[in-house]
Amino acid sequence: MTQAVARIHPRSDAARARAVYPFSAIVGQEDMKLALLLTAVDPAIGGVLVFGDRGTGKSTAVRALAALLPEIEAVEGCPVNSPRPEQVPEWVTLSSSTIVRRPTPVVDLPLGASEDRVVGALDIERAIARGEKAFEPGLLARANRGYLYIDEVNLLEDHLVDLLLDVAQSGENVVERDGLSIRHPARFVLVGSGNPEEGDLRPQLLDRFGLSVEVTSPRDIETRIEVIQRRDAFDMDPDAFLANWRPQDLGLREDILAARPRLSQIQAPNTALHDCAALCIALGSDGVRGELTLLRAGRALAALEAAPAVTRAHLRRVAPMALAHRLRRDPLDEAGSTARVARALSETLP
Amino acid sequence: MGSDATTTLLAVLAVDPVALGGLWLRSRSGSHRTRLTEALHRLSLPLPLVRLPAHAGDEALFGGLDIASTLGSGLPVSRPGLLDRPAILLLPMAERCDRALATRLAQALDRHHHAVIALDEAADESEGLPTALADRLALFLCPDGQDEVLILPDPELVAAARRRLPLVKVPHAAVRDLVAACDVLGIESLRAPMLALTTARILAALAGRDVVEPPDLAQAAEFALAHRAAPMPPTPEAEPPPAQPPPETGNDDAQRDGPEGTAADILVAAARAALPDEVLRQLDAGRLTRSGRGSTGTGAARAGNRHGRPLTPRRARPSAQARLDLVATLRSAAPWQGLRRDAWPHRAGQALLVAPSDLHVRRCKDHSDRVLIFAVDASGSAAVARLAEAKGAVEMLLAQAYSRRDHVALLTFRGTGADLLLPPSRSLVQARQRLRGLPGGGGTPLARGLELALDTATRARGRGMTPTIAVLTDGKCNIALDGRPDRELADAQSLQMARAIRNAGTSALVIDVGQRPNPRLAEIAVGMGARYIALPRVTAGRLAGVLESALER
Repeated sequence: MTQAVARIHPRSDAARARAVYPFSAIVGQEDMKLALLLTAVDPAIGGVLVFGDRGTGKSTAVRALAALLPEIEAVEGCPVNSPRPEQVPEWVTLSSSTIVRRPTPVVDLPLGASEDRVVGALDIERAIARGEKAFEPGLLARANRGYLYIDEVNLLEDHLVDLLLDVAQSGENVVERDGLSIRHPARFVLVGSGNPEEGDLRPQLLDRFGLSVEVTSPRDIETRIEVIQRRDAFDMDPDAFLANWRPQDLGLREDILAARPRLSQIQAPNTALHDCAALCIALGSDGVRGELTLLRAGRALAALEAAPAVTRAHLRRVAPMALAHRLRRDPLDEAGSTARVARALSETLP
Repeated sequence: MGSDATTTLLAVLAVDPVALGGLWLRSRSGSHRTRLTEALHRLSLPLPLVRLPAHAGDEALFGGLDIASTLGSGLPVSRPGLLDRPAILLLPMAERCDRALATRLAQALDRHHHAVIALDEAADESEGLPTALADRLALFLCPDGQDEVLILPDPELVAAARRRLPLVKVPHAAVRDLVAACDVLGIESLRAPMLALTTARILAALAGRDVVEPPDLAQAAEFALAHRAAPMPPTPEAEPPPAQPPPETGNDDAQRDGPEGTAADILVAAARAALPDEVLRQLDAGRLTRSGRGSTGTGAARAGNRHGRPLTPRRARPSAQARLDLVATLRSAAPWQGLRRDAWPHRAGQALLVAPSDLHVRRCKDHSDRVLIFAVDASGSAAVARLAEAKGAVEMLLAQAYSRRDHVALLTFRGTGADLLLPPSRSLVQARQRLRGLPGGGGTPLARGLELALDTATRARGRGMTPTIAVLTDGKCNIALDGRPDRELADAQSLQMARAIRNAGTSALVIDVGQRPNPRLAEIAVGMGARYIALPRVTAGRLAGVLESALER
């Protein structure tokens, strides 16, 4: 399940199906790509929700991101990707304390996954064969310090949704079952994708995502032709296609790496804070989570663009993705919340 | 589609089913269908053909612990799921396939190790394949000839095409034509031209060519695009410019109006000719009902514990609402017996050592209660006689709803406002009383009525019911939301409200009780995503019959 592909596609002889379409070769869908990049710069922004039409490359983008992300340093063999030996949970027995580089984990949470598989459970094999009580880590452990991707998030079973919300909020997975009492860090960026036609998302879950983007099929013929041609070129000869796009993907990775240390030095002037507040008041969004996310996303964008401070232009760019999903639904407003944010933007932040 | 075309289509499928996603086979049960299904088994497919059990659960798809072998060997033995091995999955009763299964299959298809052959028995025109699945299957076959001889493709030819396939080139113009054709046919998904391109490439390989040529594209349009097309509007003059793609889409290529424009036309014509309009309309109806708003009449399924087919059991304490699932509990306890015997010497006398964490409860698919919300126009324009018939019809339906244990709500709109006469209830007596006193006369505040209907529906949904709105009106709205008489504003607001109902995902039905069908009301019904039924000379019995059959679906 893990997308262990990573390392900017130097793919030798793996099957064609295992090749991952390069991130920078995705045509259009700028909002979706930007939202994913921003979380790569600052994971604290929270998750990304990608909602939209069928066949618009939602899953493709997330899987491509896995290959794009810079590597992390982790203790060899640690199931929760601990960065240093002293941070390895006590229930893990490791033979080595070597630090190795490994791809940023991007873990798929399939719809049919059982609770045991998500949170982890007693290791049946060891219990039966050796009579030992050992913990078998689940998907949440594997996703620590990386991404947890849920395709068709709106169809996920309710009890799993509750569980994920709880862990995403606390950053820790606590397992109390089968006579086990285990806890381990589980900090991950939740990426959900879905098709609104298949069903809506509960508001509690909606609010938990930092950013949300709507994707639609491109209407313009030339763009559509470009999409088909690139996809076709990729399907026919993945290796050549990947080699072709490698420089662009590497460039994006460099950008992410360069932006991360800049993050703490980006100024957020009072005018920017004022802008955030004014916009959220104009939209009547509940709570301050919207303002915080807006500022964080603006800062990540500034870092990505190597700007010294957060400007109004940055905020304007990220406002729709940071706020659109936090608005109360208005049945009479058929334009949708994205249009409402756009309207509020032109009124409050001209 | 003739038998030659069917043979070619089967050949295309056999060459590279995984790249194509698979086949949607729509056919009523019958001898021809049986022959086709048998033919699939004899087709020289590159992967094994595996029949999925109807309503395959996660256990069947993803595998699990094999309890018998585990107990026998003392080692955990897991059983592989159907999705663990590359295969071509034969999905019976595809029209009844639920969203959960469709999504799981769609995700499996995205990993490119499987293909799906969906057998859609098309019992009802509003049924169809779930869109998540339909979008990913390249080919569509809807055999019409009952007695035609089915010729299987030559395995040698298929094998040769498979070898040639990686060499087949696609000219730039081919992609352009396919995309343009999709545009004209009203096909939005980008998977459609992609899959059509794959189909064309296989057709070229079958024909022994190294380059995709126009005949390949035309046939690919028949196989892979025809069934996705939006049905032609009933009046042909309503669609004058099919040849010209929208002008704003960069006409930098001077050749656009040249041979290429006509090439796309040929593809469109091929796709249009492949399927009768009637089939298209049925498919479209299926899509509409399928697309999220689930007006399937039985209420949205949710996990309950009383009725319906079983879901996977969950670890939980049994209670009055949740019954113990003995098998799942034993299954959970079985692997631990050896370990527990050592750990719990005080329980050595027990044959089976069960821990509280082993307990599983049974879960079943439940159907939530339906509530029918009648929004009845009691204005002066809906004449008294018709109103009386409407009352009669509602009363008859109430009786039926009562016997089916549906809830019923009744609201009327007249003058400047709307009143909820009967909140969702099962009380037939109460409903009759309220209905009898129904006053008539005054303006038609349709928007207000729809607003109240939506409000009632939303609240019912919040209580776990599945609402359906039935609007009975002549659609001559003339009172705006604020109570002022303003025909235009009232009209616009009604349409807005109708869209809000659609956006809320509430299924609806509009009965035009006016003397003449009102085209404006039909528009509002479209906005609402509702069925529009004009019943000019209405009688209570007929109205009840129509409502009944419309709500049944």
